Amino acid sequence: MDPTRLLFHIGRYWLLMKQVFSKPEKPRLFWDRVFYEINAIGIGSLGVVSIISIFMGAVITIQSAFGFESPWIPLYAVGLAARDGIILEFAPTIVSLILAGKVGSSIASEIGNMRVSEQIDALDVMGINSASFLILPKIVASVFIFPFVVVISMFLGHLGGFVLGVAAGVVTPYEFVYGIQYDFRPYNVYYSLTKTLFFGFIIPSVSAYHGYYVKGGSLEVGQASTRAVVYSIIALLLFNFILTQLLLA
Amino acid sequence: MIEVRNINKSFGDKQILKDFSFTFERGKANLIIGESGTGKSVLIKCMVGLVLPETGEVLYDGEDFLKMDYDKQKVIRQQIGMLFQGGALFDSMTVEENVKFGLSMFTKMPESEKRDRVMFCLERVNLPHALKLYPAELSGGMKKRVAIARAIALKPKYLFCDEPNSGLDPRTSILIDELIKEITIEYNITTVVITHDMNSVLEIGDKIAYMQKGVKLWEGTRHEILRAQHKELSEFVYATKFLQQFRDRLEKE
Repeated sequence: MDPTRLLFHIGRYWLLMKQVFSKPEKPRLFWDRVFYEINAIGIGSLGVVSIISIFMGAVITIQSAFGFESPWIPLYAVGLAARDGIILEFAPTIVSLILAGKVGSSIASEIGNMRVSEQIDALDVMGINSASFLILPKIVASVFIFPFVVVISMFLGHLGGFVLGVAAGVVTPYEFVYGIQYDFRPYNVYYSLTKTLFFGFIIPSVSAYHGYYVKGGSLEVGQASTRAVVYSIIALLLFNFILTQLLLA
Repeated sequence: MIEVRNINKSFGDKQILKDFSFTFERGKANLIIGESGTGKSVLIKCMVGLVLPETGEVLYDGEDFLKMDYDKQKVIRQQIGMLFQGGALFDSMTVEENVKFGLSMFTKMPESEKRDRVMFCLERVNLPHALKLYPAELSGGMKKRVAIARAIALKPKYLFCDEPNSGLDPRTSILIDELIKEITIEYNITTVVITHDMNSVLEIGDKIAYMQKGVKLWEGTRHEILRAQHKELSEFVYATKFLQQFRDRLEKE
C-alpha cells in the first residue's frame, strides 16, 4: 500500500474514533443498543466458537502427545502444553481471528449498507452523531463480551482436549488433569484477557471504519467487508506481537 | 425561510455549484429542477450540512447555518425533516420505530404520547396499518410515505425532499406530491423539493429554480414556467412529446 494512503487511513481512523467517543445522546437508548450488540456479537458467536474450541483443544492435545513421544518427558506434559497453547494463544488470538471474520464482515456490511442507502445521512440530518450512535455500542459490547467468549473458549478447549484426548488414547484422565494444574500461572490468563480487550476494540472499530466510509453500491460494500476482515486481522496480529512483547518479554 | 447565497462547491477539478443563490419561502413548495447530474442533490446536501460548500451562506431564518457551532447546528437540524430518494428508513426498525425514532432521541414525551404522535403521522400518510412492518416488507411508495411520516413526526420547520417521485408509478407519484403540498400548507413550513419530474413541477411548484451545470438559469412559478422564454428551460420542460403537443396547442391559442 502507498505510504501516504496508509497515513491517510490511519489519520481518518483516529478522527472517526474521536467522533465515536462522545457522550451518547440518550443513555437509555445507548444501553439498549449495547445489549442488542452483546447478543448479536457475543452470544451469536458462541456456537462457532464452541465447536472450534472443542476440536482445536483436542487437536492441540493429540499434537502435543505426538511431539512428546520420549521416555524422558512425563505424560502430564501433554496437558501442560495443551493448557499453555490454549490459554496463551488459541483462545485469545485464534478465536479473535475467527471473530474478526464473522463479526468484522457483518459490522462492515451493516454500516456500509446504511451508508449507501443514505441511512447514515438521515441520522446526520436529524442532528445525531451517526458515528457515535452506530459504532460506540458495537465497541463497548465487543470489549465487554469478548473476554467472556474467550474464557468459554478456554474452558471448552480444555474439555475437548480432555474428552477427545482420552478417547483417542493419547493421555490418561489423571495425567491430563495433573498437567493442566502443574505450574499454573494465573498471570497467563491475565495476559490472555488483556489481549482480548484490545482485540475487542480493534475488530469492531477497524471494521466499522471500512463500512462507514464506503462509497458506491453493493459491490463496494462487499469489497469494504473483505477489506475490513483483512485489515482487522493485520491489526490484530500486529497488536498481538506488541502486547506479547510488552506483557511477556 | 431559507436563503442560499453564492454557494460554490467543487469535487476535485469539477465545479458542481457555481455561485448559486435562491430564496426558499415559507409555506411554499420550493422546487429545484434540472437534468440529472446538474448538482441538485449536492445543493440540498450543502443546505443540510452533509456537504460543506467552499464559499457561500445558507441562512435559516437569517442565521448562517455554515457558521454555527455544532450545538447550534444540531438545534436547526432537529427542525429539519428530510425525505431521501430511497426513503432511507432504518432497516432494523419497524415502521413504528422509524417514525418514533426522532421523538425518542430528542423529546421526553411519555411512551403513550409518542405512540399517539406516531399513529397521527402514519394516519396522515394513510399507513396506520403498516405499524409493525419492516422496511423490507414495504413497496417503494409506502417507504416514501413512511419517510414523510418520519420527517413530520418532530413537527419540522423545514422539509427537504430529494426526488420524492423517483421510481414511483404515476398515481403514487401524484399522491406523494399532494401529500407534500398539503403538509407544506398545513404546517406552514419551508419545503424544498428536488425533482426532474414535470408533473410535480406543474402540480406543486409554488416557486421554482431551474439549474444547469451548477448554475441557476431561471426562477419563477409553475404558472410562468410553461410560457417562459428561455431556450434551455424550454428544452427541459418540453422534453416529452406530450408536453410538446401541449406547447403547440398553447401557442395556437
